[in-house]
Amino acid sequence: MNLKDVQRLLQAEVLTGEELLDRIEIEMVCGSDLISDVLAFTKEKTLLLTGLTNPQIIRTAEMIELSGIVFVRGKKPGDDVIKLAEEHHFPLLLTKFPLYETCGILYSAGLKGCSELDTVGRG
Amino acid sequence: MDRAGMSLEIPVEGNNFSAAGEAASRVKKTLLRLGIDSQLVRRVAIATYEAEMNMVIHSDGGKIILQVDEEEIKVQAVDQGRGISDLELAMKEGYSTAPDEVREMGFGAGMGLPNIKKCADRLEIKSVVNEGTTVVMGFKYQP
Ligand SMILES: Nc1ncnc2c1ncn2[C@@H]1O[C@H](COP(=O)(O)OP(=O)(O)OP(=O)(O)O)[C@@H](O)[C@H]1O
Ligand SMILES: [Mg+2]
Repeated sequence: MNLKDVQRLLQAEVLTGEELLDRIEIEMVCGSDLISDVLAFTKEKTLLLTGLTNPQIIRTAEMIELSGIVFVRGKKPGDDVIKLAEEHHFPLLLTKFPLYETCGILYSAGLKGCSELDTVGRG
Repeated sequence: MDRAGMSLEIPVEGNNFSAAGEAASRVKKTLLRLGIDSQLVRRVAIATYEAEMNMVIHSDGGKIILQVDEEEIKVQAVDQGRGISDLELAMKEGYSTAPDEVREMGFGAGMGLPNIKKCADRLEIKSVVNEGTTVVMGFKYQP
């Protein structure tokens, strides 16, 4: 499934990266509001679902090469965050669903979590 | 590839959240440019980012020093902050003294130092209360 499919399932608004959506394949998803957890448990090429909307979340995404971010429960980040993502050609979506429901929708559509696709894994 | 002698020093400002992460980002880009294996770069980037954020949140800033040599990649985070009084406690998963406004940004899980330990092959922390903290992280080319 690609990000375009994710967008449809979540009835999400595209904040930036519209042109990238059908080119980015999503295999894994992670939902978290803790940056250290995202850094510790997320593989590269993962889609992040989060309620965090500060610029650090984009830095985090850059550091571990996430595929994109979906902001949940309609919490829209500031223009500075959207601009930062734009500069990095990094797609951002916004859905009205809360975190738990967003996870549920994507999980029932067949997307797995990071622990289920543990290939390399250290420590 | 000639890795010997490459080193880089990047200043980190305390409490500046809009610049926070720039040092780790530069370390990451530098290592990728040197042609270092991307999985290894990822480990270095995560550990460096955690150490940089700790300097931004818990100290008054300092510097990140990257050294790439034959044996290992070495990253040092050096600050002149308030230091860590109980290192054993600080290393525990979930222990954090981060203030509420920092927690609202998604930090303060108390997972930073444990994450660094997981990512690095070698970790050494020297800290003196009211003088500062030095975190030395070593990464081997062959895990
Ligand atoms: N450079 C530092 N100077 C002073 N205290 C530090 C420093 N780094 C860590 N600490 C202390 O150690 C504690 C644990 O650090 P750790 O990185 O594990 O968690 P955190 O920074 O509080 O939260 P997280 O990293 O999950 O966002 C901190 O809360 C702080 O009290
Ligand atoms: Mg930390």
